[in-house]
Amino acid sequence: MTDVRPVTEVRVVLPVHLRTLAKTGREVMVSVPEGGITQRGLLDALEAAFPVLGGTIRDRQTGKRRAFVRFYACEQDLSNDAPDAPLPPAVAAALASGAEPFLVVGAMAGG
Amino acid sequence: MNTGSNEAYHGKHRLERSVAAATEESDKTGEGERMAQVRVLAGTRKGAFVLTSDEKREKWSVTGPHFGGWEIYHLKGSPADPNRIYASQNTGWFGQLIQRSDDGGLTWEPVGNDFTYAGGDPGTHLWYDGTPKPWEFKRIWHLEPSQTDPDTVYAGAEDAALFKSTDGGVSWTELTGLRKHPTGPSWQPGAGGLCPHTIILQEPRIYVGISAAGTLRSDDGGETWRVINKGLLSDGIPDPDAEAGHCVHHVEAHPAKPDTLFMQKHWDVMRSDDAGENWYEISGNLPSDFGFPIGVHPHEAETLYVVPITSDSLHYPPDGALRVWRSRTGGNEWEPLTDGLPQRDCYVNVYRDAMSIDTLDDAGVYFGTTGGQVYVSADSGDSWAPIVRDLPAVLSVEVQVLP
Repeated sequence: MTDVRPVTEVRVVLPVHLRTLAKTGREVMVSVPEGGITQRGLLDALEAAFPVLGGTIRDRQTGKRRAFVRFYACEQDLSNDAPDAPLPPAVAAALASGAEPFLVVGAMAGG
Repeated sequence: MNTGSNEAYHGKHRLERSVAAATEESDKTGEGERMAQVRVLAGTRKGAFVLTSDEKREKWSVTGPHFGGWEIYHLKGSPADPNRIYASQNTGWFGQLIQRSDDGGLTWEPVGNDFTYAGGDPGTHLWYDGTPKPWEFKRIWHLEPSQTDPDTVYAGAEDAALFKSTDGGVSWTELTGLRKHPTGPSWQPGAGGLCPHTIILQEPRIYVGISAAGTLRSDDGGETWRVINKGLLSDGIPDPDAEAGHCVHHVEAHPAKPDTLFMQKHWDVMRSDDAGENWYEISGNLPSDFGFPIGVHPHEAETLYVVPITSDSLHYPPDGALRVWRSRTGGNEWEPLTDGLPQRDCYVNVYRDAMSIDTLDDAGVYFGTTGGQVYVSADSGDSWAPIVRDLPAVLSVEVQVLP
């Protein structure tokens, strides 16, 4: 049966090393179920689209964000928000409309 | 943008150009027979480099950086298929990847990076401060391809564990017998981490060297392990002749004498003639017996190479002079090799996996430094020349001879 759940396309900006690995440009589009965008939903969709990114953003064993990776959107640091919590409404709206991207960032301390 | 393909394109272009140049030169000299090619794989703090030459080992072509910006702890080709190369790629940002090339390093594809420790709760080892710490995967230090099967490769993981892949690096299975050895809870990291840096395959026999646990041997393909440290003495642990806890830096064996092992320990250069059951010291007249790599000549099973480093506190050569020391008597009597190496103001280090020796009739010896030089000697160490001078700090050097 075809999955007919409506999806939202979200822009995700990747850091340069992950672009190289994923063989893609600065920005990719990922499909997440409409309504209630969460970090985990976004990252699961990103890894499904680019399996090579598995383990590079979240630790394989614990599933937690790697220490030197940060998540930003709409000039807010979402890194330490709970992965299954709905994103703040303004952020979710900006991502859903395509006005703003979700940024996966290599922390300045990591280089 | 497709950075991977661009890199592959430029790498291929450069190599084709160098092969064309070598062919032209061969025509000029009237040498009808195709010369053997030598390929040196250098892993550095900021990428991998591939250095190629004909068997004269005088003129070199350099490609890279491959995986620019990433730490490449090790890359090594399969003895069964030299164009199959495995590379360990890591950064603090994004963790561990394994890359595989099937065309001698021209192009690369990421393969599997799931190094999950098997069997649930991994237990603990000792942390630097002497307290128990749960085992946690950090990086792959060393990749050892099988002698016979290009798809089979072993990986030494920090914290100390051994993984095996039989599908070309796509999936990895831990050989848990090593990490679950009864002495495991007493192992503690060396300065570089709790790292299995040496893997010697004499299948079904396998030797592994771990800082700071010591040397272990399996006679059944990695299922069960014995600690083989009898004869090692280390001042940095409470019991100097403890069963385990020794900071082994590197171990080598000669293929023709597989039961003879040579070890550069934290301090002391050691030898075993009985597959590691008993070790004895062969430091002899070395100016310092602290160091990292040790090499064995491919055609002379009693010819050894070490690079003495001043001390555990001073990780640079004695007197600011970079000297490889060679023994032609299986140890104890050593001679300094200095021709072509800097003999003043030199304060580089040479890491444990950064020495390799080729199998040409006149064996070539190679080593890389933390100052970014890769040196070659095409005459078993008598004279040296830099292949490259300004790479990032070199972490590993492996050489291949291609027909």
